[in-house]
Amino acid sequence: MQHADEIALPGRGARILLSISRGLVSASAIPRRDPFAFAGLLLYLIFVLVAIFADSLVTHDPREILFDANYDLARNLPPGEAHLLGTTYSGRDIFSQLIMGTRGALIVGVTAAVCVVTIGTIIGLISGFFGGLIDTLLMRLADIALGVPFLPFVIVLAAFLNPSQWNVVLGIALLLWPQSARVIRAQVMSLRERSFIEAARVTGAGHWRIIFVHIAPNILSLSFLYASIAVGWAILTEASISFLGFGPSDSVTWGYMLQDAYASQALGRGQYYWFVPPGFCIIAVVVAGFFISRGYEEILFPKLKD
Amino acid sequence: MAYFLKRFAHMIFVLWAVATILFVMFRTMPGTPLAAFIDNTTTAEQQDALIRQFGLDKSFGEQYWLFLSNLMQGDLGQSFFFKKPVVEVVMEVFPNSVILTLTSLTVAYLFGIVAGAYLSWRRGSWVEGLGIPAVLMTRAAPEFWLGMVLLAFFSFHLGWLPSGGANSSGSDWSSGWERVTSLDYLSHLALPAITLAIYLQGLPLLLMRSNMLNVLQEEFITMARMKGLSTWTIVMRHAARNALLPVATAFALGIGGAVGGNVVVETVFSWPGIGRLLVNAVASSDYPLAQGAFLMITAVLVVMNFIADVSYHLLDPRVRVATR
Repeated sequence: MQHADEIALPGRGARILLSISRGLVSASAIPRRDPFAFAGLLLYLIFVLVAIFADSLVTHDPREILFDANYDLARNLPPGEAHLLGTTYSGRDIFSQLIMGTRGALIVGVTAAVCVVTIGTIIGLISGFFGGLIDTLLMRLADIALGVPFLPFVIVLAAFLNPSQWNVVLGIALLLWPQSARVIRAQVMSLRERSFIEAARVTGAGHWRIIFVHIAPNILSLSFLYASIAVGWAILTEASISFLGFGPSDSVTWGYMLQDAYASQALGRGQYYWFVPPGFCIIAVVVAGFFISRGYEEILFPKLKD
Repeated sequence: MAYFLKRFAHMIFVLWAVATILFVMFRTMPGTPLAAFIDNTTTAEQQDALIRQFGLDKSFGEQYWLFLSNLMQGDLGQSFFFKKPVVEVVMEVFPNSVILTLTSLTVAYLFGIVAGAYLSWRRGSWVEGLGIPAVLMTRAAPEFWLGMVLLAFFSFHLGWLPSGGANSSGSDWSSGWERVTSLDYLSHLALPAITLAIYLQGLPLLLMRSNMLNVLQEEFITMARMKGLSTWTIVMRHAARNALLPVATAFALGIGGAVGGNVVVETVFSWPGIGRLLVNAVASSDYPLAQGAFLMITAVLVVMNFIADVSYHLLDPRVRVATR
């Protein structure tokens, strides 16, 4: 019997790859059906390209203090040919900072989204499938995480650990998994009772095999839904933390730019070209996530469609 | 009643768990918590006295017990910076946060409910095509950035409104009530409240809209149509009343979330609230104050979650029957 089993099933690695690819195929069908989701993906694509080619797009080193021909500090220059968005109070090129900021924002956003959705998906799968004591324990843990005020927690965390953008990722991973875990858990609980799971059980599949091969591909599009929202959350949180002065001082992000503008009184001087563009970049990335998730939602919960 | 007790016990459990996590975090952090008190002139005996005074010579378990029992009596320790009890410092700024939160939430929910109902009524029109992306953009904009733009324009550029704080310097009032109803206080309140309201209106708006769309499909609406009632009567008298309940719950949840989420807006406008207090306490390593402010924000969040759950349970008979 065991021998037959070995022949019938592909190797462990191939099985996991197969189940992931099945989930990916079902997830990739969505943008083609929804114009909003398509627009969101297009926006993401643009930002990813900017982040990858940031080094060749910048006109100056974003951290370099610039001087003019008379060796005076190139401070608060208005937008022009040499500096597309002008310069900061300390004589740095704003356009180059904006381009470099894309990289930092996307790295934080995507890492945080992957972390939080991985945790949420695994906890949702285990909690929903096994039920009982494990479920109770995990859901109490979710209640606690939901009872912790999010931004204040990340601030305290950032103050204890060394200033770094990974604090934001850690804070998000620790506190934001319950949202996705709860929804996935509910979905798993209904899938668990379906006949194809019963069939898998009859053929002798173990718990973990049922969870990861038979159930997981069916909830993967839910995970994508939460991931696309989490990217935006992470970028917003990173910006807030940097703005409050708890971010890393050695990297250029949109939040750092806004903090720099606020602290050097750009508001009083009306340097809109300094502090308005980073905000629009953040809005664009977060809205892209919303658009994608909207597309997913209309496929997942078709009731909204009519 | 059984539900109420169960939910109450649940709330206490979450509060205890968060307090414990906070205790462990603040005890295991790097460096001595007494750094703010010790300088070159502090002798070894004085240091020992300080360590005894703060109970740092006791074991971890004893410290934890002391922390919990003090917490039960409402004692959150002494602020390093203000040299005053933490509770006093927190309570001084807490009303400002509550006023800011309630003002902006009220504006946001009144607007969100009306606009949400309107958008559901105009489903599929150009109003919706423009309105929904616009609302999503206000949800995506960082609150502090919105505050900065408004501040630059209305305060620095036009000079209409003050740029920060809660009162002009040198002003004096006989009572707290007189202070918060004065024109000076309200003009300081305007910009931060508008900033928050713009950010907060998205949730009630989208919630109201989707609830309305759901309710409008139900049989009693078809019945009302068959009775020949006007669209306006159907939307306002029949559908809106049923769609409002989840929005009311969201309002209670919103209070809990906003008090903690106000951190950045309070910082932009130098609004003397609990969020700004927390940021300053963390930045100046005033650990007892940071811990106290954090616990206060948590308590508001957890208590409001409790109230939202219980009120939903009381108001909607369907939920009550389902959980029985």
